[in-house]
Amino acid sequence: MNDLMTVVDWSRWQFALTAIYHWLFVPLTLGLSLIVAIMESLYLKTQSEKWLAATKFWMTLFGINFAIGVATGIILEFEFGTNWSNYSWFVGDIFGAPLAIEGLVAFFMESTFVAVMFFGWNKVSPKFHLAATWLTWLGASISALWILVANAWMQYPTGMEFDPAQMRNVMDNFWELFSGIAVNKYMHAVFSGWALSGVFVIGVSAWFLFKKRNETFAVRSIKVGGWLGLIGLLLTMWTGDGSAVEVTKHQPMKLAAMEGLYHGGYSQGIVAAGIVNPKKTWNNAEDEYLFDVTVPYGLSILAKHDLNAYVPGISDIVNGIDVNENGDTINTVSYAERIRLGKLSHEALRAYDKARAAHDEAGMAKAMAELKENYPFFGYGYFDSVDEAIPPVGVTFYSFRVMVILGSYFLLFFVVALFAVYRKDWLQKQKWLQLIAMVSVPLMWICSEAGWCVAEVGRQPWTVQDLLPTKAAISEISSATVITTFWLFAVIFTVLLVAEVSIMLRQISKYSKTNLEIDNAH
Amino acid sequence: MTLEYLQNYWWLLISILGSLLVFLLFVQGGQSMLLGTKDVTRRDLIVNSMGRKWELTFTTLVTFGGAFFASFPLFYSTSFGGAYWLWVLILFSFIVQAVSYEFRNKQGNVYGTKTYDVFLFINGFVGCILLGVAVSMFFFGAQFTVTRTNLLDSGSPVISQWAPTHGFEAIFNWKNLVLGVAVFFLARMQASLYMMNNITQDPKFFAILKRKAFFNGALFVVFFLWFLGMLLTAWGYTVIPDAYGSQVVEITPYKYFHNFCEVWQAGVMLLLGVVLVLYGWGRSCFSDKYTQGIWFTGSGTFFAVMALFSVAGFNNTPFYPSLLDPESSLTIRNASSSEFTLTAMSYVSIVIPFVLAYIAYVWYSMDRKKLTPEEMKTTTHKY
Repeated sequence: MNDLMTVVDWSRWQFALTAIYHWLFVPLTLGLSLIVAIMESLYLKTQSEKWLAATKFWMTLFGINFAIGVATGIILEFEFGTNWSNYSWFVGDIFGAPLAIEGLVAFFMESTFVAVMFFGWNKVSPKFHLAATWLTWLGASISALWILVANAWMQYPTGMEFDPAQMRNVMDNFWELFSGIAVNKYMHAVFSGWALSGVFVIGVSAWFLFKKRNETFAVRSIKVGGWLGLIGLLLTMWTGDGSAVEVTKHQPMKLAAMEGLYHGGYSQGIVAAGIVNPKKTWNNAEDEYLFDVTVPYGLSILAKHDLNAYVPGISDIVNGIDVNENGDTINTVSYAERIRLGKLSHEALRAYDKARAAHDEAGMAKAMAELKENYPFFGYGYFDSVDEAIPPVGVTFYSFRVMVILGSYFLLFFVVALFAVYRKDWLQKQKWLQLIAMVSVPLMWICSEAGWCVAEVGRQPWTVQDLLPTKAAISEISSATVITTFWLFAVIFTVLLVAEVSIMLRQISKYSKTNLEIDNAH
Repeated sequence: MTLEYLQNYWWLLISILGSLLVFLLFVQGGQSMLLGTKDVTRRDLIVNSMGRKWELTFTTLVTFGGAFFASFPLFYSTSFGGAYWLWVLILFSFIVQAVSYEFRNKQGNVYGTKTYDVFLFINGFVGCILLGVAVSMFFFGAQFTVTRTNLLDSGSPVISQWAPTHGFEAIFNWKNLVLGVAVFFLARMQASLYMMNNITQDPKFFAILKRKAFFNGALFVVFFLWFLGMLLTAWGYTVIPDAYGSQVVEITPYKYFHNFCEVWQAGVMLLLGVVLVLYGWGRSCFSDKYTQGIWFTGSGTFFAVMALFSVAGFNNTPFYPSLLDPESSLTIRNASSSEFTLTAMSYVSIVIPFVLAYIAYVWYSMDRKKLTPEEMKTTTHKY
């Protein structure tokens, strides 16, 4: 059992490592491809060499980032098989489809046209080249759609039923994959990529201004990056709000963990800043926070768009207490009861299997009925105590605050950047603003990664919500094996990241010394 | 459409993707020549000729994996989670490949061009051989068991179990290595033929490539015939499923020979493939200026691999035979997705001809102008 838990933990670490690295590159691909496409369109429209120079500069940075994004992406896909073998069988009938569609529909488009984008300048017509650039962006965006649909399905499994003969879930409604969680999650991730790319473009351009090189190029880039970033951020906030409502409906425990809330209530405030009490558990009397600054009504508004709404805390959910839409206190199923029902569903499945082996149709039907009744709690059957079903509160709580606080900062950032860049020759003189813009670039990545921590740590211990915990989703490998490959990937990803950042910086420096301000506009 | 029809259809699609992948491994073949090429311009020519296609090979691999997952998830969970080291090493070689093209010639790449060329070589060598090993297990089996009731054992819940060596036993199995080495030489031969077609204005390099095509082609023929000999004389499993989802497995002597005869389309494709490969290879090696050989060897490779996948999966043959427990062997019947999923995916598969069409059009557009040594010295857009 100990080795099993070590394998689970290291498998989780390995997947988290790969996902964190992958997400360093993907949002920049999603946003920068759009910025490049916009700039190339402007070039074709104006025939001005200045837009061509800008397109080629940002395309070079896009290419450096794209390659390493691809490298980490392939690992993520195959890790479902290598490290989460049971998961791949248990829900592969549903989960595999979006991955295959991603490859067929999106990834081929992206990888075919990205080659035209980089090497087709003198080989295809300008219009075909522009189409290739837009198709690269479209391919990347559609690719994200299928991946996020797959991710959302794990958080809100729907459109399937359990097949006891094969001991797996099978799809019975394809369109249910596009749930509210999926739609919000997709838009939230893609638009956050636009915002991140906006910050990146502004930060790099600010360095040009700081060095007094290619200043009109930098100003032009800040305008494009600023507007796209602002639009992206506003849409990210809007879909983030939608995500919170969906999480409240389908993953109330995640919402409670995000807030570090153990005992909920009506008109629930939200902690704007605070420190959670590490000693607090769902069943002791410790205070929830060591320190907190609370905004009244905040959580009720966030979760249910209603000032007076009831929001349950961790202890309430564990004890099975909630309030329905009419304001009546209702009993949901407590976690202790869920564990009992989960174990009953395991027993029923065992009975079904025995009856099937004996070709006992009546026994199969009886077991099937019991299984069906308790299947919604199947995953809880793997737990021995309620504590196993509660996500890590600290990481979820702090990640959420980092994301929201930095996200709010970047709203101000874009507004100031756009205000400054449209004041004639003003931004060029504001060294302090340029410095802030440069320092803000890594903060945007922290914000973006924090968002994923909220989503993924907050849903623990589930790989598939309520149906399959991580500890039952793994592969049959030793802990030494996973530890070795964890370090193998950690080292190679880090080595390649160092090279990527170094090449990026060198390219920025190199281009800053060339003339990007040729203007032959008619 | 019945479930059986859909399972056959998806095995066919997997076979098409697998066959395209083996053809596109010419990229890896070209990479494996980098370290032996001393002339810098020619090394650049190899990298840039291969570099404009590497993403296609990479994407085909990813899609092959995704489509396998969607259509035969029990294979995905059994093979990837079981032959862990085999797959991790393949993946590792593709990680280092993906960045190397973009990074190798860029200032500030920290580790120097040579390091990235070594990465490309590793992918070319290890990637080809280990993918061959992985495919060889479709015929010569693997050491796993599948016990679905494990799902209910909280202490050890994994359905698919593998020998403790987790893939190393497959890598060091000489039968598997024979196909791996054959794939490696095939990829090198095709890379030579592709570059003979794609690179112009360097007659000396053309002659070098022709020589490489000859020797690698000859070695490929030797190893492929060796593999084919083993395959046609091998004993295999025949599976008879029962109504309750269990299966009875019988050992059949000369199983794959029988399959080639009984699934006659596979036999025809194998013959056609072999003839096309030999024609493309022979004519390229023995005429002075012939550059079209890659299209014949390429299509020949496609047909031959299609034939191999067909005899692996059809005719009541388990495409993943278990050496530890024959009853656990994976077939296209017991490893597949449900009828609903396969139907939904089949609608999606309608896009495949369109995808192939735009890939072909882009390929044509990009390769219309051949690469020249001059371009390597003047262009700003190169790897």
